[in-house]
Amino acid sequence: MDNPVQNYKLKTVGINLYYGDFHALRDISMEILECSITAIIGPSGCGKSSLLRTFNRMNDLIPNARIEGEAYIGNQPIYGSDSDAVQIRKKIGMVFQKPNLFPTSIYNNIAIGPKSQGIKNKGDLDGIVEKSLRQVALFDDLKDRLSEPGLSLSSEQQQRLCIARALAIEPEAILMDESCSALDPVSTLMIEDLMKKLAENYAIIIVTHNMEQAVRVSDMAAFMMIGDDRAGMLVEYSNTEDMFSNPKDERTEGYITGRFG
Amino acid sequence: MNKDTISKMVFFILALSSISALALITGFIFIQGLPLFFKVGFANIVFGTKWAPSQGSFGIFPMIVGSVCVTLGATLLGVPIGVCCSIFLVEYCPASLSNLFRPAIQLLAGIPSVVYGFWGLLFIVPFIRNNLGGPGLSMLAGSMILGIMILPTIISISEVSLKDLPRQYKEGALALGMTHWQAIYSVLLPAARSGITAAIVLGIGRAIGETMAVIMVLGNAVALPESILDPIRTLTTNIGIEMGYATGDHQQALFATGIVLFVIIMILNSFAQYIARRK
Ligand SMILES: Nc1ncnc2c1ncn2[C@@H]1O[C@H](COP(=O)(O)OP(=O)(O)OP(=O)(O)O)[C@@H](O)[C@H]1O
Ligand SMILES: [Mg+2]
Repeated sequence: MDNPVQNYKLKTVGINLYYGDFHALRDISMEILECSITAIIGPSGCGKSSLLRTFNRMNDLIPNARIEGEAYIGNQPIYGSDSDAVQIRKKIGMVFQKPNLFPTSIYNNIAIGPKSQGIKNKGDLDGIVEKSLRQVALFDDLKDRLSEPGLSLSSEQQQRLCIARALAIEPEAILMDESCSALDPVSTLMIEDLMKKLAENYAIIIVTHNMEQAVRVSDMAAFMMIGDDRAGMLVEYSNTEDMFSNPKDERTEGYITGRFG
Repeated sequence: MNKDTISKMVFFILALSSISALALITGFIFIQGLPLFFKVGFANIVFGTKWAPSQGSFGIFPMIVGSVCVTLGATLLGVPIGVCCSIFLVEYCPASLSNLFRPAIQLLAGIPSVVYGFWGLLFIVPFIRNNLGGPGLSMLAGSMILGIMILPTIISISEVSLKDLPRQYKEGALALGMTHWQAIYSVLLPAARSGITAAIVLGIGRAIGETMAVIMVLGNAVALPESILDPIRTLTTNIGIEMGYATGDHQQALFATGIVLFVIIMILNSFAQYIARRK
């Protein structure tokens, strides 16, 4: 596969992921461009989420998961013997499918990350909370309600707040796993605008089942599929426009034109 | 009448009988105990420090203090151990080990309280006497026994409330680069706060109501304690010790003790319910 990416932020090299005996990802190598949005698409169960979670080592939480190969953030190995999952996760924010705010105030939801990294000064924390909320365009709406429970917000606002929470720890990249799938179409468009804005400063990877969304927001697109041996594999990875206007692999073409998946 | 109505009636009557047993006992305690409050005066009973039933003094303040102190001691010992144990079971313990731990803790709840008391009398009391001084029969001995006895309540309820938290909380916390302990401390424990508080309050309720085990190790002296090594008497042990021979006003005074205990436990239980429901 030709590799169009030069200035990468994240990279996998020959990643194989196993859940027990089940081979979930086969030999995945890809580079993720700095300051861009990369969309991972593919049929259900092909390993999109698994691949996303290899970047911030969330698969470590699954007891029988085993990984081979290496991934990098910048030049730093993610799985190398002296890399630490906690340190890696501080550099890579993650937004989940459903908003997963903690059952505490709006303020605490954002401040909790920086606090865990040792920032104790109230003024500093206030500044971080304001900055993060501004980044997701929530500050003006919420500045007088910071002590209210985060769970009292609409799901679109909650998802924004989850993004703000991830930004508060000043990550270098952001992972979003079907982060709009629980939202209505209007809210989805608003979050997409936010993604595009954030992509000016961060490398963003999204997983989506929504082809239009991939076309609308992403710069690069990766198409994954379940191989004959049930393992997820990367079929095609290229510029989004190229992939959708002129897919090189007929399986990609089949998927994006809706013939299967 | 068709079968449905009959079975409905049967269940209704059975349900009614359990509720009426409760009502009967409560009514009985109040009917027996309340008159003395009017006769001697509420303050003289609740705040009186002299307990001499034969001379007409029915002050149970030392017993109230005794119950509060022993329970407080039990809480100070039992809550940290119990909560830590539940955290260990949910967050750190491999499944194979927790499958061993859990039945063991259940077993702890199944040991009759007289056995706890006997064990305390044979081991804890001499240990305190020999190492810390005093008679050994003491508030400390009672607190230690009760601290152990409330562990199953605290552990099992805290464990359930930690376990029932949505997985997304932990994932979210770890994805923010928190360590496992930070995730527990700053996200999971606060999220399980209401369940853990309910566990603690129910544990306190169990401790304050326990009689048999503490009768054997408290020493049962009616006096305001000056140190944790002093023997003391609680509301429950007051009833347990004297009910065999009390008659007349004396017997009524024991029921009055029961009323005070009843009210304290009611308040604790409704507090626990309120917290558990608050979510
Ligand atoms: N914790 C796990 N233990 C065992 N197998 C798992 C686990 N998580 C995922 N899998 C399996 O790995 C494969 C890939 O799962 P993954 O969730 O990565 O797919 P996905 O592409 O994100 O699917 P979807 O589009 O439905 O979200 C699936 O076959 C799934 O059943
Ligand atoms: Mg998925």
